[in-house]
Amino acid sequence: MTQGFLVTNRSIRWFLMALALFTAVVAFGSEASGAGLISTSLVKTLGKTLCLCLVAVAMDVVWGYCGILSLGHFAFFGIGGYAVGMWLMYARTEGIVMSSLSAQVIPSTPTEVSDAIGSQIFGVVGSSDFPMIWAFAHSLPLQLLMVVLVPGLLALVFGWLAFRSRVTGVYLSILTQAMTLALSLYLFQNDSGLRGNNGLSGLQNIPGFEQTSQATISLVFFLASALALGLGYILFAWIVAGKMGSVVKGIRDNEARVRFLGYRVEGYKLFVFTLTAVVSGIAGALYYPQAGIINPAEIAPIASIYLAVWVAIGGRGRLYGAVIGAALVSLLSSWFTGGGAPDVNLGFYLIQWTDWWLVLLGLSFVCVTLFFPKGIGGLFDYIVRKPS
Amino acid sequence: MSSLLEVSGVSKTFDGFRAINDLSIQINEPELRAIIGPNGAGKTTFMDIVTGKTIPDVGRVVWGERNETLLGLSEAEIANKGIGRKFQKPTVFEEQSVRQNLAMALKNPRGPFAVLFHRKTAQGAARIEEIAEEVGLTNQLTRTAGELSHGQKQWLEIGMLLAQDPRLLLVDEPAAGMTAEEREKTTDILRRAAQTRAVVVVEHDMEFVRRLGCKVTVLHEGHVLAEGSLDHVTADPTVIDVYLGRADA
Repeated sequence: MTQGFLVTNRSIRWFLMALALFTAVVAFGSEASGAGLISTSLVKTLGKTLCLCLVAVAMDVVWGYCGILSLGHFAFFGIGGYAVGMWLMYARTEGIVMSSLSAQVIPSTPTEVSDAIGSQIFGVVGSSDFPMIWAFAHSLPLQLLMVVLVPGLLALVFGWLAFRSRVTGVYLSILTQAMTLALSLYLFQNDSGLRGNNGLSGLQNIPGFEQTSQATISLVFFLASALALGLGYILFAWIVAGKMGSVVKGIRDNEARVRFLGYRVEGYKLFVFTLTAVVSGIAGALYYPQAGIINPAEIAPIASIYLAVWVAIGGRGRLYGAVIGAALVSLLSSWFTGGGAPDVNLGFYLIQWTDWWLVLLGLSFVCVTLFFPKGIGGLFDYIVRKPS
Repeated sequence: MSSLLEVSGVSKTFDGFRAINDLSIQINEPELRAIIGPNGAGKTTFMDIVTGKTIPDVGRVVWGERNETLLGLSEAEIANKGIGRKFQKPTVFEEQSVRQNLAMALKNPRGPFAVLFHRKTAQGAARIEEIAEEVGLTNQLTRTAGELSHGQKQWLEIGMLLAQDPRLLLVDEPAAGMTAEEREKTTDILRRAAQTRAVVVVEHDMEFVRRLGCKVTVLHEGHVLAEGSLDHVTADPTVIDVYLGRADA
């Protein structure tokens, strides 16, 4: 079935070919390969963009296909980032502490080592004790498990409570936003155990690969992000292509009808919500080592709203639309806000894009919603005729 | 013929309005039954109660040979017991093809994982063809349901009901908005379905009910006013008074 599904879905093959081509161009043009055409910082930006595309694809499945406007998927993304960031920070600090302690004549006890690591990490919030949630931080496999487990369990419990009570539409969006806000506010606290508003930093340094150049590390993460996007895309495309897709789209279009056909709608919503949350977590775990830093502001509700904006602009209900929207808007956003776009002097007023980008984004969102509800992806309908 | 569905002594009040008042109806299998009544007689609420959308204040709703109660079950559980429901307004999945609509309704395991790993089978495809044939949509299988005419959508929804293979079909105003020719075809479909299962048709249109040629239950203010053949109930003076005597009947 999987084979047949790949053969019969042209848009998936096109997408995978485009992704492979893009990945190859970046890989061969990068500094790590010696060509040096693409700077390491650009490789990082592109790698991060691929992760954003992946979380956008997940968002498209939960919103565009299943009709759940979740304003929490960027929180799951952030949780994935925190989970992997904890190991990165712990292991690196451990390495630094060990090498400085090794100069001492008397070998340090494990407690001393642990205290030294703790005060290194938590000194910034006036603490040196390891909170409970750092229990697994020493172990990469366990933290990687957390990348999947924590967003998955949170989505499962939250979704179960919300869907079981048949909360739908805007009320559900508000609930998910409240969850996101609560999480972000909690993380801002110094005693949250995750360094408050300082967040986790130095994540671009991979423990055990201190001698490896950032050029190589960034390329590896770029390739991993491309692979994750490709696999995630295939997974979701497979899910929405078959009978599952029929039911999920049915829930979006007429939930009651699906119920009266004998499907337990709650179970389906929970499945989609949880699976997309897990994929969002994985995307976040790949994103933040490339970003180098994660702090609670990343999880703020606005980030999840942006996610919805990307999907809407790219085109809901088609996976490549989500990819286009996320890539285009996030790259444009960093171009405009990073000082890349030249200011426009109107004589009486100077338009500085760092201030006006949000206005431009807001306007384009309104325009897309009003005039092009199918988004940018909808343009493909004019080019490619649907096979009947 | 045995009793399939037994609704007894059911009442339901919405904000002080008695939508259903001590209602008792018994449906046999197989049977074709028409329920008529003026607006607000409680026809749709009756369907809501049987299908689990509304929970009555008092009364019993009992199903099948083992006399299971349907009260407290979810809509999906009741649907899987073998009760299919057609809405008044045709509700099909407009963005999906006729075939996908029927495939979704086809009697198969309903859990998310069973559906995720569902494979199309030859029997499934044959069953879809069969149902499409039955409701006259054989040539429309690849079309998007949203493109169908109003009458075709109604038939598709009836087809989806048949695909569920229910023991009881609850059909809400199937002939609304149909041409005379389409009505005739709808009557045929329902009559054929009622040869092997119980079919309950809620209808306003007396001509349509006459063509069904079945036992009729007249509802009024949430209560059974009269029951019997159409000629019998239309001769009933109370029925004439509340329903047939009215100008809009």
